[in-house]
Amino acid sequence: MSARVKWRRFVSNFMLTLTGLCALVCVSVLFLILGYLVFNGGTSINWAFFTQLPKPVGEAGGGMANAIVGSAKLLLAASLFGVPIGFLGGIYLAEFSGGAVASVVRYAADLLNGVPSIVIGIFAYSMVVLPFRHFSTFAGAFALGLMMIPITLRSTEEFLNGVPRYLREGAMALGASKWKTIASVVVPAAYRGILTAILLALARVAGETAPLLFTAFGNRYWSQGWGQPTASLPVMIFTYAVSPYEDWHRQAWAAGLVLLGLILIINILARTILSRGIAVPRS
Amino acid sequence: MQASSKPGLSVNIVTNTGSVIHGEAAALAMRMTISKVNFYYGSKQILFDINLGIADKRVTALIGPSGCGKSTLLRALNRMHETVHTSRLEGEIHLDGQNILAQDVTTLRRRVGMVFQRPNPFPKSIFDNVAYGLRINGIKGSTSEMVEKSLRRAALWEEVKDHLHKSAYELSGGQQQRLCIARALAVEPEVLLLDEPCSALDPISTAKIEELLVELKNLTTIAIVTHNMQQAARVSDFTAFVLTGQMIEFSATPQLFTTPSDPRTEAYITGRFG
Amino acid sequence: MATSGTTLPNAGPVTGSRSFLSRLRDGDEIARLITMVFAATVVLITLLLVYELWTNSALARAKFGLHFFVTQVWDPVIDQYGALPFMYGTLVTSAVALFIAVPLGIGAAIFLAELAPPRISDTLQFFIDLLAAVPSVIYGLLGVFIVVPLMRTVIFPGLNKPLGFLPFFKGPSYGVGFLTAGIVLAIMVIPYIISVSREVLLSVPRDQREAALALGSTRWESTWNVVVPFAKTGILGSIFLALARALGETMAVTMVIGNVPTISASLFSPGDSIASVIANQFTEATGDLYLQSLVALGLVLFLMTFILNGLARLLIVVTTQRGSGVPT
Repeated sequence: MSARVKWRRFVSNFMLTLTGLCALVCVSVLFLILGYLVFNGGTSINWAFFTQLPKPVGEAGGGMANAIVGSAKLLLAASLFGVPIGFLGGIYLAEFSGGAVASVVRYAADLLNGVPSIVIGIFAYSMVVLPFRHFSTFAGAFALGLMMIPITLRSTEEFLNGVPRYLREGAMALGASKWKTIASVVVPAAYRGILTAILLALARVAGETAPLLFTAFGNRYWSQGWGQPTASLPVMIFTYAVSPYEDWHRQAWAAGLVLLGLILIINILARTILSRGIAVPRS
Repeated sequence: MQASSKPGLSVNIVTNTGSVIHGEAAALAMRMTISKVNFYYGSKQILFDINLGIADKRVTALIGPSGCGKSTLLRALNRMHETVHTSRLEGEIHLDGQNILAQDVTTLRRRVGMVFQRPNPFPKSIFDNVAYGLRINGIKGSTSEMVEKSLRRAALWEEVKDHLHKSAYELSGGQQQRLCIARALAVEPEVLLLDEPCSALDPISTAKIEELLVELKNLTTIAIVTHNMQQAARVSDFTAFVLTGQMIEFSATPQLFTTPSDPRTEAYITGRFG
Repeated sequence: MATSGTTLPNAGPVTGSRSFLSRLRDGDEIARLITMVFAATVVLITLLLVYELWTNSALARAKFGLHFFVTQVWDPVIDQYGALPFMYGTLVTSAVALFIAVPLGIGAAIFLAELAPPRISDTLQFFIDLLAAVPSVIYGLLGVFIVVPLMRTVIFPGLNKPLGFLPFFKGPSYGVGFLTAGIVLAIMVIPYIISVSREVLLSVPRDQREAALALGSTRWESTWNVVVPFAKTGILGSIFLALARALGETMAVTMVIGNVPTISASLFSPGDSIASVIANQFTEATGDLYLQSLVALGLVLFLMTFILNGLARLLIVVTTQRGSGVPT
């Protein structure tokens, strides 16, 4: 073997090892994050965290019960707003439209998807907070719902397009009208994919903080109804982490663990639903 | 124009120059008639001036090399071609004397059922697949009775009766295709169209479906597209030979395969092309 | 009935399309209209977003004009607002992030696409996807409690001692600052670079690799000289995507950048970014001009990410189409 070949082989192995190291570093970051969070959060979390309201500033103890409920309310309302628009709009794109209208809608969705979350916050502020003159759960949900729309829309479209033509033909040949075909065959065949996408969208907005800062704002007490400002887990993590109090740091870790745990569980759940296969064998 | 006829045999419809149906075929009631049909995808013409009759309670086979337009012709019979936006059809197709192009398409498709090249059961249970057409068409009566009847007619009942609520995808390819036939039969169509129903199946499954077709013609009128000439010869009463979008010959099946009147038909059935 | 074309009744016009009324009865037309309304909402919302940003920043735009971009002062007391320090902070932190994330991310993507067996590649990609799902406030939390102390004790001394003569690594260090924010951002955008680059690399046709290997290339040579160049537009797209993410990122940066509007060559200096200043000051902005200046910053941010996202999408589409052999 000539020296040159040896050298080339060495370079090849060296560089390939290096790429492997890159991958290792990147993936180990995840485990580092998880480990650190589980350790710090795990030692900080307690029953009070889930059941009590925050204590007054500087006083130790208390929990984030109001923020947990607040986040749940925000996510529920955001889904009620964002999912129907995304889902039905996606049906329109995949089944009813062609040409110019569809590409305008697609373009708008992609644009919306790329808007920084803080800018979404500004938009929700001027659309909902300003007219009602105060921060509210509703305003926060509006902001989060907006962020769910493009993901739901594009993936609904994608998964519906993935339903094989022969299934549609089967239904139409039995005398099903177009919308009956869509409702009884096409959507059921694609529901796993669509459900996955909706869950992923939900997981994504569950951790969003920036759009909530000046929409849902925050609240150290229970939020009454939907028209009042509300606490949420992500905003609590932010406020507590940058605060000077040791005990708040502890609670920020606990909240981080709960939030990340929730998001990762939704993610893994969503991906298992999808990996169990699309309901239809791919053609 | 070659309308030569031999006594005792049903005789040709000859294309392009006007249609003639006489002999035995003329005595039969025609469930569907296709007259002067021209068909286009965009600017490309697929079918040229097609005339054809689908005889009641008989099996009519459409044969021809792939790409000749036989599937397109079949799909036009229940207007499935309309799922392609650029398609355009000229001419008239009648079902029981009514122009199907002027009818409500969903009603038409209930009356003219279709089974496709590859089995396409829905991602539902076996039972729900067969019941689907009944439900969407709002057909009243005992669904489970009608499902059983259809499955029996499709010769599938014995194999699936104990697991009607399993997913249709757990069936074999041949069973899936018979399920699709049962699904189409459930709404009691007047005409059943089959578009190369055996092309995705193994020989044993194919044999089962062929047997089934022969039995089914007592119940309904059948038109089948096949690229398999032996299949056409085995199951059909009449055969139409289509070549490059033109109806070359339409005769009683025995006649077409033994004494074809057009040299192109002869060339095809003796395997000189296609 | 026997002879077609002569005895058959002619029932109505021969058309392929059904009348509007009959479709309405089936619900097709209703379904189309309803879904169209929802699809149109998406367009409407997007237009409204741009409109709101534009009109709600009118005061600031009228008062400062293009000077907004070159003014260093941001002082609510004298009602004077300039975007320069924030734009500087946004650009510097993003640049640092890319400097770290691009080599690491592309290296990892090459490993996943070219070397790792499919099973391992898919498993690792699964973890990478989870990493992309971690919310930014969590990255901020870890930044505050891990990266900031690390910066003070390890990274600052490590860089300042040997490289302190360079303006970038001049002291002192407070722990928070451009470099800290850049590092946290890098960790956040790496998953995006990996996922998209891997996808693009995987779409390079097999025959390209095989042709190179058949000529006697080593595995690395075929990857680096043939596969990567083939995919380079798409990889560039992934970098743009990551950049757009980094520019718009708010929470993680806000928590570790220091929130002092400064323009300093030193990466250890605390600074501020567009997204951070909006996050910190929006709720306490008193006075229309103050608030509208913040919205104007939001508009700037929107335009920057808009352009980058557009470019990114274009690049990715161009490569994956070429890769899959679709004629363009």
